[in-house]
Amino acid sequence: MATRGIRRKQIDVEQVPPAVTPPTRDGASNSFPSRPKLTSKTKKRDIPEGLWIKCPRCSGLIYDKELDDNLKVCPNCTHHFKLGARERIHSMVETCSFEEIDPLMESVDILKFTGSSSYESKLLSYRKKMPMLKDAVVTGVGLIGTHRVALGVMDFSFLGGSMGSVVGEKLTRLIETATDRGLPLVIVSSSGGARMYEGMFSLMQMAKTCGALAYHARRNLPYISVLTDPTTAGVMASFASVGDLILAEPCAMIGFAGRRVVEATTQSELPPDFQTAEFLKQRGLIDAIVPRLEMKQRLISYLHYLMANRVAS
Amino acid sequence: MRHYLDFEKPIAELQRKLDAFKAHPEAASLGISWEEEMKVLENKIFEAERQLYSNLTSWQRVQLARHPKRPYSLDYLRTTFQEFEELHGDRLYSDDHAMVGGFARLGTERVMVIGTQKGRDTKENIFRNFGSAHPEGYRKALRLMKLAERFRLPVITLIDTAGAYPGVGAEERHIAEAIAVNLREMMTFEVPIIACVIGEGGSGGALGIGVADRVLILENAYYSVISPEGCAAILWKDRAAAPKAAEALKITATNLKAAGLVDEIIPEPLGGAHLDLDAISLTLRESLLRNVFQLKSLTGPERLASRYAKFRAFGHFTEPKSTA
Ligand SMILES: [Zn+2]
Repeated sequence: MATRGIRRKQIDVEQVPPAVTPPTRDGASNSFPSRPKLTSKTKKRDIPEGLWIKCPRCSGLIYDKELDDNLKVCPNCTHHFKLGARERIHSMVETCSFEEIDPLMESVDILKFTGSSSYESKLLSYRKKMPMLKDAVVTGVGLIGTHRVALGVMDFSFLGGSMGSVVGEKLTRLIETATDRGLPLVIVSSSGGARMYEGMFSLMQMAKTCGALAYHARRNLPYISVLTDPTTAGVMASFASVGDLILAEPCAMIGFAGRRVVEATTQSELPPDFQTAEFLKQRGLIDAIVPRLEMKQRLISYLHYLMANRVAS
Repeated sequence: MRHYLDFEKPIAELQRKLDAFKAHPEAASLGISWEEEMKVLENKIFEAERQLYSNLTSWQRVQLARHPKRPYSLDYLRTTFQEFEELHGDRLYSDDHAMVGGFARLGTERVMVIGTQKGRDTKENIFRNFGSAHPEGYRKALRLMKLAERFRLPVITLIDTAGAYPGVGAEERHIAEAIAVNLREMMTFEVPIIACVIGEGGSGGALGIGVADRVLILENAYYSVISPEGCAAILWKDRAAAPKAAEALKITATNLKAAGLVDEIIPEPLGGAHLDLDAISLTLRESLLRNVFQLKSLTGPERLASRYAKFRAFGHFTEPKSTA
């Protein structure tokens, strides 16, 4: 049991109760404590060794609760572990201010995709594994400081954060909501790219989200794109790359083509920092690298500037 | 000499027999005249071709889309279009030879044409980077589309790429951003935009010039979110499973039309576009012109609204009624 606890942490599919309260609808709503707490189930499983997690960068052992309190940033070396969408939203918005949009939208196996395993069974197992996520993005409107913001946060733990119809549709509705209500937009990405299982429908979500962003930009509304580890391929080649501001978490892997594909194509040694946030910043492709623990304050500060003298159009 | 793919070997064999028979009239064996026996053989070939090409698998179509003799953008720019005036460069970094563009005449219409371009042989392929554009290619395309928008020229894009180039320089100059900006900006140009997949529609690299009022596809072209080989490597852990992946991804013209993802299939000559460039060029011109005329009958804002609505509608999901 205990070792299982450790592994669960390391692959980062741990579930904590969501930090946000979905709007009351059908039987699906619950209210949750405003801070994530360990459930009794997690507690049992994690006693005693499961409470310690080994940092992949500094190899230090971190007490599980300490890591959660520190937004999954290693207190010794500041390594950023992956953070779930709901925990991240909780860390960014004012308490109880987040109203989720489309919390119940689910993917369908439109292509009847048959491979080594079917898409249908994949979806079912993920939904079972993480009941607080219906797909790879959570969207809604909330307060960041004094700014009411349309916020979308991706979750890598759901099918690698891949973008299929649900991710595309939820983000497009979020962007359209922001455009209609005159809200700034923040999208936190974490994704391996388009979702193969939905074929060309996934590819088209790239055009769909970017099209919606064109109309958001026309109203002189700001869009801040936050890139977290990893943001690649179809997500990077669409909404994640067209922010008015583009921020990245330290050491995040960010790029278009996979490292192995680039290696295979170019038959050459790649720079060690290739496709890291630092690599992108050094080449002038992003505005700033922002540590997770400073993210909220920095967003508030940027929004002050972007919204201060804005002329609505 | 016609180039036969593996799955076309039965046709090649029949053709070889016919050629041998032509060379040796004395070999007639059916007790009918030489001419009549030739006719029999020719009919047999035609029937075999009709059978083969009307039942192609997805993977066979991918092979036709990648056929070494397949017409490329510049071929159509010489046949479907006239007076191609190539324009070069992104005004920022360089001129990407994997992406060509410029003014051209389409029948009575003056248009801007942009297309990815492969090479015919090794030397030309190195020059064209095998049809995989760098960021500067997508930025050149955007520059030309902006020019077309200012001077009210319809834009026609020809798509034939395995994908945008996955290299260090491409990443350093931000290929992802170049594609993303095109996706956003193509949704804002009021001029008519028609995209046609003429060979390979490789993922984001294809979509980067593919946001259009009308999306057309040649009968044996394909358009996919990931290459069949790439999908096979990830899901089957084996690139050799590409034929299975091609089937599962639903990437053929027929699949895409049925899913509403493309507007029109442009029929190819029996056996593929490469067997009759004149015929396919005319068919393509007729289709492009018809679509240009239809789109010109709308106003700019009408085109923008319907283009947005078209892409907005792509996607399948479920949600409880109460959230609607
Ligand atoms: Zn550490």
